[in-house]
Amino acid sequence: MSARARLALFAAGAVGLAALLAWGFSGLADFGHYPGPYGDVLNRVAVRQRHVTSVVAATVFDYRGFDTLGEEFILFASAAGVALLLREARERDAVLRDPVADRTVRAVGLLLVGPAVLLGLYVVAFGYLSPGGGFQGGVLLAAGLVLVWAAGSYRAYSRVSPMTVVDLAEGLAAAAFPALGLALLASGGAFLENVLPLGTRGSLLSGGTIPLLNWTAAITVTAAVTLIVAEFLEELAVPLRRPTR
Amino acid sequence: MIVLQVVSLALVASGAVAVVLVRDLARQALVNALYGLALAVLFLVLQAPDVALSEVVVGAIAVPLVLLAAIRRVGRRT
Repeated sequence: MSARARLALFAAGAVGLAALLAWGFSGLADFGHYPGPYGDVLNRVAVRQRHVTSVVAATVFDYRGFDTLGEEFILFASAAGVALLLREARERDAVLRDPVADRTVRAVGLLLVGPAVLLGLYVVAFGYLSPGGGFQGGVLLAAGLVLVWAAGSYRAYSRVSPMTVVDLAEGLAAAAFPALGLALLASGGAFLENVLPLGTRGSLLSGGTIPLLNWTAAITVTAAVTLIVAEFLEELAVPLRRPTR
Repeated sequence: MIVLQVVSLALVASGAVAVVLVRDLARQALVNALYGLALAVLFLVLQAPDVALSEVVVGAIAVPLVLLAAIRRVGRRT
């Protein structure tokens, strides 16, 4: 195709896309004006009904807990896929290329491991009282572990995240979420119904099943991200098998 | 729209363009991380701290990490 024909095709496409976007945007609510009733209703009733002070956590781990279950399994499936693909292609007894970081990186990295893990635990633990939660805190915890690699070596990293433990935690935590829902269903309630005592508003002991699901999500996410990152870091440490032709 | 919202929206827009314009893959991963940070600031300004936290941990930590490892493995080709 000549350059001019390409340009004409692009121009026609751009004009069409611009028109479609303008048409779509003209039907949207004004900036900052939320039209739906759902969020307003939850903002009004969630704190009274569930005794947690973060309406987002009440939505994610209770009112729409079923959606969160789906999201957990998306992450679980991608971690399993990465492990399946990369472990298969790797040589079992390859020599590790494992350079140790220089002194400055090591000092700064080591200083940051503790605070990063603490921040992750805090974000998880207070996820239903203030912004945060199992997902965000889980990634932070996994990132804290990665600092061990950055500050030390791949060997140090695989020592703090042994694959059998990570695999087991990933599977068990991912299974705990639907297991809890099914147990409630078997005992005559609704799937993921919040039946536990709701506790004192604003304290860590509040929200019934919300803290349980929050920590389940935290373990699943920590393990999944650790698993994915560990596979990628091992790719850096272990030389690939030469492709056979 | 207040000034802070306009500024953070402009930051996000310029960040997105910057990601596309960078040619070197490793640099692109880092610019992409900065773009994730700009998005997080926008979410914070729009009073969605939960989403901002998710964006920081995914956009500025998890994705760049995996991208950089993959780029290093495959070799710095553009």
